[in-house]
Amino acid sequence: MTKTTIPIHLDINGQHHELQLEPRVTLLDALRDRLAPTGTKKGCDHGQCGACTVHVDGERVLACLTLAAQAQGRAITTIEGLAREGELHPVQAAFLEQDAFQCGYCTSGQIMSAVACIREGHAGSDDEIREYMAGNLCRCGAYPHIVAAVRQAALEVAS
Amino acid sequence: MTLELSLNQQPAHARQGSSIGQPLTRRDGFLKVTGAARYAADNHPPGMLHAVLAVSSITRGRVASLDIEAAKAHAGVVEVMTPRNRPALAADPDAKDHPFMFRLDLLQNDQVRYPNQTIAVVIAETLEAATEGAALLSPRYEALPARVGLDDAESFVPRGVGVGGPAVQHKGDIEAGLKSARTRIEATYETPAQYHNAMEPHAIVAAWDGDRLSIDTPSQGLAMAQGRIAGLFGIAPQNIHIRSPFLGGGFGSKGMISGPQVLGILAARLVGRPVKLVLRREQMYGPVGHRAPTRQTLRMGMDGEGRLTAIHHHAKTASSTFDDFFEPAADASHTLYASPAITTSHEAVRLDTGTPLFMRAPGEATGSIALESAIDEAAHACGMDPLEFRLRNHAEVEPMTGKPFSSKALRECYSQAAKAFGWASRPLQPRLMRDADGFLTGWGMGTATFPAIMFQAEARAVLKADGSGLMETGAQDMGQGAWTAFAQIAADGLGLDIEQVDFRAGSSDLPNAGIAGGSGHTATAGMAIHNAGAAVIARLADLATGNEASPLFGAGNEGVLARGGRLYRRDDESRSESYAEILARAGLTEIEGHGKGAPDPASQETYAKHAHGAVFAEVKVDPDFGQIRVTRLVGAFAAGRVINPRLVRSQYYGGMIWGVSFALHEEAITDRRSGRIQNANLAEYHVPVNADVPSVEALLVHEDDPYVNALGIKGVGEIGITGTAGAVANAVWHATGVRPRRFPIRIEDLLV
Amino acid sequence: MRDFSYLRATSVDAAREAAALPGAMLLAGGTTLIDLAKCGVTEPDTLVDITHLTGLDRIEVNERGATIGALARMGHVADHADIKSRFPAVSEALWQAASAQIRNMATMGGNLMQRTRCPYFRDPSNFPACNKRQPGSGCSAIGGVTRGHAVLGTSEACIAMYPGDLAVALVAFDAVVHLGERRVSVDDFFLLPGTTPDREHAIELGEMITAIEIPGTAAARRSTYLKIRDRQSYEFAAASAAVGIEFEADGRTIRDLRVALGGVATKPWRARAVEDALKGKVLEPETVRAASLLAVEGAVDHGANHYKIELAPRVVARAILKLGETA
Repeated sequence: MTKTTIPIHLDINGQHHELQLEPRVTLLDALRDRLAPTGTKKGCDHGQCGACTVHVDGERVLACLTLAAQAQGRAITTIEGLAREGELHPVQAAFLEQDAFQCGYCTSGQIMSAVACIREGHAGSDDEIREYMAGNLCRCGAYPHIVAAVRQAALEVAS
Repeated sequence: MTLELSLNQQPAHARQGSSIGQPLTRRDGFLKVTGAARYAADNHPPGMLHAVLAVSSITRGRVASLDIEAAKAHAGVVEVMTPRNRPALAADPDAKDHPFMFRLDLLQNDQVRYPNQTIAVVIAETLEAATEGAALLSPRYEALPARVGLDDAESFVPRGVGVGGPAVQHKGDIEAGLKSARTRIEATYETPAQYHNAMEPHAIVAAWDGDRLSIDTPSQGLAMAQGRIAGLFGIAPQNIHIRSPFLGGGFGSKGMISGPQVLGILAARLVGRPVKLVLRREQMYGPVGHRAPTRQTLRMGMDGEGRLTAIHHHAKTASSTFDDFFEPAADASHTLYASPAITTSHEAVRLDTGTPLFMRAPGEATGSIALESAIDEAAHACGMDPLEFRLRNHAEVEPMTGKPFSSKALRECYSQAAKAFGWASRPLQPRLMRDADGFLTGWGMGTATFPAIMFQAEARAVLKADGSGLMETGAQDMGQGAWTAFAQIAADGLGLDIEQVDFRAGSSDLPNAGIAGGSGHTATAGMAIHNAGAAVIARLADLATGNEASPLFGAGNEGVLARGGRLYRRDDESRSESYAEILARAGLTEIEGHGKGAPDPASQETYAKHAHGAVFAEVKVDPDFGQIRVTRLVGAFAAGRVINPRLVRSQYYGGMIWGVSFALHEEAITDRRSGRIQNANLAEYHVPVNADVPSVEALLVHEDDPYVNALGIKGVGEIGITGTAGAVANAVWHATGVRPRRFPIRIEDLLV
Repeated sequence: MRDFSYLRATSVDAAREAAALPGAMLLAGGTTLIDLAKCGVTEPDTLVDITHLTGLDRIEVNERGATIGALARMGHVADHADIKSRFPAVSEALWQAASAQIRNMATMGGNLMQRTRCPYFRDPSNFPACNKRQPGSGCSAIGGVTRGHAVLGTSEACIAMYPGDLAVALVAFDAVVHLGERRVSVDDFFLLPGTTPDREHAIELGEMITAIEIPGTAAARRSTYLKIRDRQSYEFAAASAAVGIEFEADGRTIRDLRVALGGVATKPWRARAVEDALKGKVLEPETVRAASLLAVEGAVDHGANHYKIELAPRVVARAILKLGETA
């Protein structure tokens, strides 16, 4: 069995990182255990909860089912990369204002998903938001406030 | 110095400018929306190793062999912990010194007593190596047949249910009540095993330094966890420092320290390095508690005017083969509806599962869905509107005890929620409403209730020379908003603006804040904070009123009030002095005060204390497919004083969504041959997704309660699930004419 | 997860060659493969990453039909304007599948290789017996928890359900899989379990899906995908139907009809009996409901999944009638 590591270069939030990893290491575990921006969370590790949602080349994907090796050469954005110079992204601000979270564990994934949902043009109505945010489970039941936050941020981004 | 406020003393929040009641956004919100909030598994002390559990694939029997060599041969694996080399413990993990000490599986032997029980722990340099090492152990077993269903074992009457209440309770003559009834109903309802499934899996990062232990782990009760670990390892509690600033959800499953968390500490001890252990999602279906299945039979009798003459609520449930926790489902019938005769009774079996534990509204949720369904059936049997029937049977005193309620704004809840929902236009008979798309539409309701519980808590308040304040208590925020609500109470108690208060919580080296559970944390730790604030203000007032140089000289403690960082004379607010001036004159850098929160025994004896609510639900059912969607939920709740309406509304929403989940989604499905849960994951163990949740409204009904505690707080964390689950079930009946008796309600139940 | 070697393919030929070596597998979106590797179901020695190959993600739509590159992402295809207008059932099947995140990762080719959600198949450490994983070892599902198992196309060796949505729409419209030069209809691409449930696809060692071609038809243009499930979203089908219809000039008589079922069979299930029964008939609710019962001809249940036999014809009938309304 191979035990060799390979060099992997990751571009995360505009910063370049050089790592030496086993090929089986997922992007999620590379982020959390090797690079330590731990805002991206692990809830199920099988693509069933959405807590690990990040952007790869601007699109929302699940870091738990992405190998770190696959993400080489792509631009990765995590929750830590959203705010600019301490200024919250409109989606982050809307989540705070609408109380769109409770325990906060799913929140990074919800916000990354919401940013993409708006960018994709899938935030046109409450029902569309509910459908296109369905890949992010929230056990605390913050859904009504999440919908309100996405609606608010979508209007803000549009204006 | 400790000072307890008497109930008649005017609390600060009654004054102008208090933080209490303000809809502040979360103080920890910035950290949470930027990903900077640090949860247990986000910690990486230097030299840390990763531990992964190997868990049993059988349900009952013993581990015959493990291929430890294969695991150790995997590059990066450092050690494999099994019963053979697990470090010694000072206490037997199977000992049970008191009812809240739950037995833990800590590799004490080779026996397997439930699926997903730990059989070994693999410790490695990387998470990947530890995970694969655990797979390489390839265990072999001697297996015994599994006992998995409520009919699979001999039933018995447990010694106590829930927190130790009697298994059987009577009031009046139930058979006479049934006999005298004009109308009777009898129905049996089944609820499944449910798993908490907090989004954050249980995790621990443990580091030993000699006999001192440093831990990051989510805990709903830091002092209890500290005490339990101290007992197991034979070290002093103060040698253990637990940090739990944020829990990624708890719902009861992080109330007591679990076996896997202790195994992380043992692993760190074994290898002499810091260790991180995080449960895999499927491993959460066993060792960290669950809501036990129930089968509940309700018998009710009603007189000619629809008044209840008897309620008999019987519940069969299950515990594990090796420990006791019995879901007190039938106790739901103690508090809501007036009846001259009430009997509640429980029986139980022992199954090959992990021990069930408290799960959000334990007993109340399971009991409520059955009771509220039966009440709906009873109303229909009497030809009455379900709301009218509930009002007819409204309890003016607590039915089981005859005690007066400390406060009860249930009638206001009914009327406000009914009006907001539009209940008045509901047809009495089922299957009469269709929407424009042809969907069967139904309206149902349920009454919500949850006891106002208090535990024990302590807090420490400090006023500093610069006029700012510090409040410390080891409170736990699992999402309910402790960081914010307690800071508001602290600011109120200290007479400061909230920006002037440094509030510290979530760490075991702070005063014991008790447990975040039973919807009692805000009341309990809130009262400790309130009293600590009062104590330090009293000390400050002493300094001022006793000093001739102060404009407050001679006013006496009762003669001053604290506001905005100044003390004022009550009778002449033009005479005041800032905290900083008082401390400077006294030459003090800081003063402190301590406070406790605890239930008042006298009012406890006199009053029944409960929060109440009413929930109305609309569902739409596809007539061909039996597919159910909740389209509207309106709840109104009266739970005493609201510290922060923004956070309280979130708590109600969350509870109501759990109610929807109980009625329509959640169920652990067991393979009866092997005893294994077949949907131990988040794809097939269904919790609602965003698209399942309709427009939700929660009305906050004003309620002053002078008896529960000086702040008038009851509790809001669990009440939302009660009432809602039954309201959804009753709406399904109203839409379809099919009475749900087994939960969750499935497509096939409505394919007619 | 066992460790493996990672290769990044630089061309289709190189990918095919590398994947033909023992223990090698192609890696695209990874939403099935990485998941199953974590479950211990797949244990590759080498993963050949094809996600960086260029030119395989094109979506070309014209009068003759659509040709969709194997590496086009499900989400992109779902949102593609021409797919939405000319193949609504395909778009609807796509956006109702999984979650937005998974649809951004998963490729069209990879989607065809999606594997069953049978809990016994997915859990090798607890259920060693699975003919799909280990030929001849037996079937743990039979006699077990079967609410999500197939009622059509089953065998004594396997009752695992095909869980996907896209391929249901593809079989309805006679789509063709491009394996390089070789062409196989999607219907033939999926194999019945029979006595060899381990063999799920008509793909040979050294072959790779390069594109999916969907003929443009009037029935495909007037089509829909109806998916019934317990949860509103992020959930596999309890029963689903891809239906397309073409009327005669009178707007009432059915000239062409396509019906395929999901969530009920061991493979995407074309219901030709329903099509044949209704072609040439005038669209009437009673006629449609009666014919739709033919969709589950020969169905066999295993207890808890019996409801699928009731449900599936109703889904088919609703989908057909819904298309009729939009005439």
